[in-house]
Amino acid sequence: MEEKNQHIILKTKNLSIGYKSKKAGTVIASNINIELKKGELIGLVGANGIGKSTLLRTLTNVQNGLSGEILINNQLLSDYTSEELAKTMSLVLTEPIASKNLSVFELVALGRHPYTNWVGNLSSKDIEKVNQALNLTNIDLLKNKKCFELSDGQLQKVLIARALAQDTDLIILDEPTTHLDMYHKAYILKLLQKLVKETNKTILFSSHEIDLAIQLCDKMIVMNENEVVTDSPCNLISNGTFEKLFPKDLIVFDNKSGSFRVKK
Amino acid sequence: MPKTETYTFSFIALIFILIICFLVNISLGSVSIPIQAVFKSFLGTLDHESWPYIIQDYRLPKALTAILVGSGLGISGLLMQTLFRNPLAGPFVLGISSGASLGVALVILGSGIFGGVFATLLISKWAIVIAASLGSFLVLLAVLVVSSRVRDTMAILIIGLMFGSITAAVVSVLSYFSSAEQLQQYIFWGFGSLGNLAWSELLIFSIIYCLGIFLSIISIKGLNTLLLGENYAKSLGLNIKQSRFIIIIATSLLAGTITAFAGPIAFIGLAIPHITRQVFNTSNHKILLPAVFLFGAIIMLICDSIAQLPTSDYFLPINATTSLIGAPIVIWLLVRKRKMIF
Repeated sequence: MEEKNQHIILKTKNLSIGYKSKKAGTVIASNINIELKKGELIGLVGANGIGKSTLLRTLTNVQNGLSGEILINNQLLSDYTSEELAKTMSLVLTEPIASKNLSVFELVALGRHPYTNWVGNLSSKDIEKVNQALNLTNIDLLKNKKCFELSDGQLQKVLIARALAQDTDLIILDEPTTHLDMYHKAYILKLLQKLVKETNKTILFSSHEIDLAIQLCDKMIVMNENEVVTDSPCNLISNGTFEKLFPKDLIVFDNKSGSFRVKK
Repeated sequence: MPKTETYTFSFIALIFILIICFLVNISLGSVSIPIQAVFKSFLGTLDHESWPYIIQDYRLPKALTAILVGSGLGISGLLMQTLFRNPLAGPFVLGISSGASLGVALVILGSGIFGGVFATLLISKWAIVIAASLGSFLVLLAVLVVSSRVRDTMAILIIGLMFGSITAAVVSVLSYFSSAEQLQQYIFWGFGSLGNLAWSELLIFSIIYCLGIFLSIISIKGLNTLLLGENYAKSLGLNIKQSRFIIIIATSLLAGTITAFAGPIAFIGLAIPHITRQVFNTSNHKILLPAVFLFGAIIMLICDSIAQLPTSDYFLPINATTSLIGAPIVIWLLVRKRKMIF
């Protein structure tokens, strides 16, 4: 890793995630040690139900971890006020936005919420940031369209632009490629890679597009049954981490092409 | 937002229409007073034996009440629709008004059961106002407590309807044990009335109303953020619990006092935001809030003008008029546009 990239944005120490109930806690994954640096694109992969969403929910302070620490910019996540956190971390969620009657500009401008005054008026700096976000995601032309007029792919770009407008060091996306066709899946992930390069932000996304993630990510977090491994895609392939990802009865990982193949 | 300017013309037009409706509303009634005379009475130069009295003590407070009622109900409907992310929401659907009805029923009908001196103490105008406000606030609070446990918005609506049924049932039990006189008093309250307020009552009404409007205005930013959904709003640093609380207090102040002073007025709270969205095609509450205010006031003034059946001695209950006139308008708008903007 180069020297300039050494600044650590997000770090977990022996983090355990899961659900607490009155009787007993359910541990979903434990001993998670992740280090995300500035200007990295990180893909989080794992089988359905392995706890990707739980991990993201824990990292974004939606739910509490069971034990261990989460540090963002060297400060405990639990010490952040919601406003500070909103200026440090922005999200793209899987849930649809509540009102599709917002225009693209309005939706992206809502990303400026933590910076605007009590009634939400945009300053010239806010408008500049919004236009910059629209520009980076190539959606300037959609600016005045309503969200219900957009395709799924366009909407995803708009939501990414909203997160960019929030002007945070870290952007976390929960399955940004669901509902998209093959081209747009590649397009969105390629866009994320471009954004990391141009803005030097750290972007973490969960996805089922393992082969695309292998090609585009600087680092991947692989959630297996027994462990959570973080490394560069190359090392993960040579260590055979992907082979443990799924049950072996149907598909196998092909090291040469870096993708899964159906067993014959 | 850059689009604000494009609505300037609509706003000017609406303010103009509001002023016309206001004047026409004052001039119409069992005795028709020419608009010039209305102007003169405002200037204090009207020379007539009864008109100044009619205008100042009856028609002016009634027209002002209509403006407060229409705009207040419209705004509380808008707040509920955004908070619950449901176009069907409104003060009536969520049981706020039935809560108020229950409070009033307990006071008017229940006084007979408690009997004696207590009864005469209870049935004052203020007792009714306080009972209605308290009833609406409690029901809304109950809906809120339940809604924090259920995630599904449809479930919340059904729960609101259930609270409505419960209060309706309690009211019918109470009415079974009440005298015909008390029943009549309760039913008359249920017809709704804009014309019963003296200036002193109007003053109290407008103070609480302004408080509700103030809370709505400081909620604008939060309401806009809630358009993304609660999780996004949270990630933007919005304190959901606090904003939700303020929005609900604003709604219960507005809807509660309106129901207290003017009776349960149907339809307006649900429909005004939809009518407004047909003209102002935006979700931005900075534009919607004042637009809903104007539309609510205008439509309420028109309904009231029709309800008093100009030049005749009869008048219709305002509660029936709002639905009779308003519901077909909403149906027509939706059929014509084939699409509900929300």
